[in-house]
Amino acid sequence: MHNEHIEEHFNNRNVTELDSNYYMVDIADYPTDGWGKFKRVVKRSFRGELFVGLWVVLREMIKFDVHTIQYPAEKMPIGPRYRAVHEMKRLWESDAERCIGCGLCEKICISNCIRIDTKIDENSRKEVSEYSINLGRCIFCGYCAEVCPELAITHGGEYENASDQREHFIMFEDMLTPLDKMKAGTQLEFEGFGAITPHEDERVKKTPLAY
Amino acid sequence: METAYLIETVIKIVVILLIFSALAGIGTYFERKVLAFMQRRLGPVNVGPFGLLQVAADGIKLFTKEDIVPTNVVARIFKIAPVITAATAFMAAAAIPFLPSFTLFGYEVHPIVADINIGILYILGIMGVGLYGPLLGGMASANKFSLLSAARGAAVFISYEVVTGLSILAPIMMVGSLSLIDFNEYQAGGFTSWILWSQPVAFLLFWIAAFAETGRTPFHLIANDHEIIDGFGTEYSGMRWGLFFIGEYANMFFISFVISIIFLGGYGDGSFLGAIGLLLKVAFFFFFFLWTRAAWPDVRPDQLMWLCWKVLMPIAVINIVITGIVMM
Repeated sequence: MHNEHIEEHFNNRNVTELDSNYYMVDIADYPTDGWGKFKRVVKRSFRGELFVGLWVVLREMIKFDVHTIQYPAEKMPIGPRYRAVHEMKRLWESDAERCIGCGLCEKICISNCIRIDTKIDENSRKEVSEYSINLGRCIFCGYCAEVCPELAITHGGEYENASDQREHFIMFEDMLTPLDKMKAGTQLEFEGFGAITPHEDERVKKTPLAY
Repeated sequence: METAYLIETVIKIVVILLIFSALAGIGTYFERKVLAFMQRRLGPVNVGPFGLLQVAADGIKLFTKEDIVPTNVVARIFKIAPVITAATAFMAAAAIPFLPSFTLFGYEVHPIVADINIGILYILGIMGVGLYGPLLGGMASANKFSLLSAARGAAVFISYEVVTGLSILAPIMMVGSLSLIDFNEYQAGGFTSWILWSQPVAFLLFWIAAFAETGRTPFHLIANDHEIIDGFGTEYSGMRWGLFFIGEYANMFFISFVISIIFLGGYGDGSFLGAIGLLLKVAFFFFFFLWTRAAWPDVRPDQLMWLCWKVLMPIAVINIVITGIVMM
């Protein structure tokens, strides 16, 4: 298979090379005698460095290039790999829950904030009966999303999780994609760590059965 | 004493008090806006149009906050210190002509509370008394940082009183009077007769000293937030802290008036344009206080003392000697 080599261009940060962008700052020796100190004071006083500072801030004021984001009204766009409050996805085909209750997320969780309980339902299938994440303990490391074999638990983009108590839990039902969202086909796949990469279908090879 | 004169004086005092208390509030608004724009921020925007009512919101907050007098403080001195700062700032305003005299309903108004013949001496003296606000407040606070600030305040104020007094001596020798109105009349000839042109060194020295007297940024070490919290204001809350604040900002306005009148011709010939000119000059000096706060770093206390005693004071003395020789 032909592996395309991607050439990355980095900034030249090599200090020793002659053609690098780095140069040594010209630092004058510290004056030792009184006359040298006096000369330095005079030079600094009359070189007008103070006015350079004044001009810089005045220029910014005139340009009025304001960078403030007025937070509750405006928000910064966040990346698709952002790890905020968890979400539970549904299957595209059947709208059923993806979670199979394997419990890997509970096992791998390094802050012990996931609790999962399962039972066998009337169709003899494993069913999640209890599932909660203690957001007060969760460190949003992303291991649960990474380990999940079904891409069921993922991270979402909801980062405004202020609560009046630290032990704020989210339940399975709160994380699960609502059915109407499924019907509208607007469930977003998580593109972070553990998710399938784009164009995965073309890369999948048939399992060789002819041993 | 005439009754009319008494009433007029009381009205003037009340008007000056109200205007400059309000100006102190609006001054904080402008400071926040100017600093924000220089740092590519927006500043207050949420309360009222363009955040203009932020001043009112701050006022409500200051007036309604609990007045805390901590344990171990010397309560009586602790309580009176902010009053000293605010009161001396406004007392100094008594000898400042804010506008040329104008006629209101057929009655000639002189916008100066008392045209005393020792105007500048009085202003400098009262501003010197203003030292006792930070000094007593810091010493009574039972707080190490406040004490440091009080010590620094005493050192800075007393040192820079010397520079202020000596630098202003040369213009006083030229004018031959201590009244600010006489200073204004001396420069009534217009732009070319400003004392700035004959005494540029004195102007610079007085301007530098004004930064120390008001405790503004290059010399902001009396209440330096990043090393001694808020200095003498650390233990204060509510309106007592607010009085310190009003005093500081009123001082900035008054010192701007004094610089404009002494060195930059004041209100000139007393016409309407001259009055506008005076206000513009004051606005520039006030803006410059904010401008330097955005642009310049603070100096260390030892550098400040070095600057005062080893640089500015000798220059001021030399300036006086040269002025004397030229006048002879």
